[in-house]
Amino acid sequence: MYNDNMIKNHKEFLKNVKKRNRLILITQVGLLVLAILAWELAARFNLIDTFLTSSPSAIWKLFIKYITAGSLFHHIGISVVETIVGFLAGTILGIIIAIGLWWSDFWAKVLDPYLVILNSLPKTALAPIIIIWVGAGYSGIIVTAISISIVVTIMNMHASFKSVDSDKIRLLNTFGASKSQILTKLILPGSIPNLISTIKISIGLSWVGVIVGEFLVSKAGIGYLIVYGSQVFKLDIVMMAVVILALISALMYKIIAVVEKKFLNWIE
Amino acid sequence: MNDKKIVEINNLEFTYYTLEGETKALTDINLDIYHNEIIGIVGPSGCGKSTLLSMISGLIKPSNGEIKINGNIVDKPLKNIGYMFQKDHLFEWRNILNNVTIGLEIQGKLNQKVIDNAKKMLVNYGLGDFMYSYPHQLSGGMRQRAALIRTLLLEPDLLLLDEPFSALDYQTRLAISDEIGLILKKENKTAIMVTHDIAEAISLSDRIVILTNRPGTIKDIIDIELSYQGERSPIKAREAPEFRQYFNRIWKELDIHV
Repeated sequence: MYNDNMIKNHKEFLKNVKKRNRLILITQVGLLVLAILAWELAARFNLIDTFLTSSPSAIWKLFIKYITAGSLFHHIGISVVETIVGFLAGTILGIIIAIGLWWSDFWAKVLDPYLVILNSLPKTALAPIIIIWVGAGYSGIIVTAISISIVVTIMNMHASFKSVDSDKIRLLNTFGASKSQILTKLILPGSIPNLISTIKISIGLSWVGVIVGEFLVSKAGIGYLIVYGSQVFKLDIVMMAVVILALISALMYKIIAVVEKKFLNWIE
Repeated sequence: MNDKKIVEINNLEFTYYTLEGETKALTDINLDIYHNEIIGIVGPSGCGKSTLLSMISGLIKPSNGEIKINGNIVDKPLKNIGYMFQKDHLFEWRNILNNVTIGLEIQGKLNQKVIDNAKKMLVNYGLGDFMYSYPHQLSGGMRQRAALIRTLLLEPDLLLLDEPFSALDYQTRLAISDEIGLILKKENKTAIMVTHDIAEAISLSDRIVILTNRPGTIKDIIDIELSYQGERSPIKAREAPEFRQYFNRIWKELDIHV
């Protein structure tokens, strides 16, 4: 009897948790729907100037037009490829440099002030220089993306490498481990959780680099759509590009979160 | 007791340097340790107990004097020494089986035979069901047991235990120190254990070395002979009538003022 009661109480508890979660989701979706609806209605009744704000239905129509013309996927594809290439190159290079700094404490100390300055510098300021040096094409945009994301990767990963418990290193030393064994058996695997949180930051920064790069020089891409739309005063295009950008970067973030959950089952 | 000398420490001295100057941590340490012995090292905090272990393990070099293990001078980490730390230092991303075999993996000795041996040992010491679990799924005592298996799999001639139970809560600590004491005897191991727990030292050790304040030097070496029925175990040792006398004697010799 007592047991039955417990099961019943637990069911009740689970039901309440579920109910609350559902309410949160409904409210989240509701807020979005409400905002879009208000925007659309305000546009229909001329409460806002659609020349400046566009409207959801106009954006949707434009979206369909771009899709049927096939050019939208071209723009998205170019920006996504630039971002992923920039992000991957920035992450790999950043990890290699961080390993170098971990390996040589002398050079880590020597380079420390330079990294601090590079980190505090708004790296978008470098974009025009990079594009002049590297060239006004995809490569210039990708290098801009790398330059924006790499410093955070270097600093976060180096800090992560150094935060590994020194007694764990001593333990491997008692087994007679070499420095490269310490790196591959302890330092690198132990830094995977930090790597994933760094990736979450650097993928966003890589997008910043790509969009800034495309603002400066490009013939296609989401950044190009935004600049083009604003120059011809077609806010529909700008708004559509921004919405697409938001959706894609949210999707990328989600993918990383799924990967994290799948591979890090050893974390509590 | 066997007469085979495992460790020989002669006129050992250690000085370390900081920006403020030099500090003599240990001086004039002479000690022989024989096969199958468990030596307890107690001393006031900061007397260089852990430094002594680090030197025996070859992780740091003595400033003066020498340490010989099986007749060979220690000048780098030796593969026949096992070291156990305060914390278990299991790697969170490896399951228990891969954790206990990491030493073998580093030394390039990993093969099916040693893996089977590791599995057998995990089963023998009550971790059979947790072979493929990750460390965070185990209790503190089980983790420390896994750490011991990791050390024993390398079949060390000498085990160095650096306050191996101090990170555990009191009950677990009693249970696991009892268990590990039995394992060490059963596997015929020679061990040096640093501890600040006098009772733990008496219950596990055959001899206890008392160090003085810094610079640490050997004040006394006490042979522990307890009367008990049947096989010796650390818990039984605590019930022996001599236990209290040893405790008081060591406490007095430590001469701790707060």
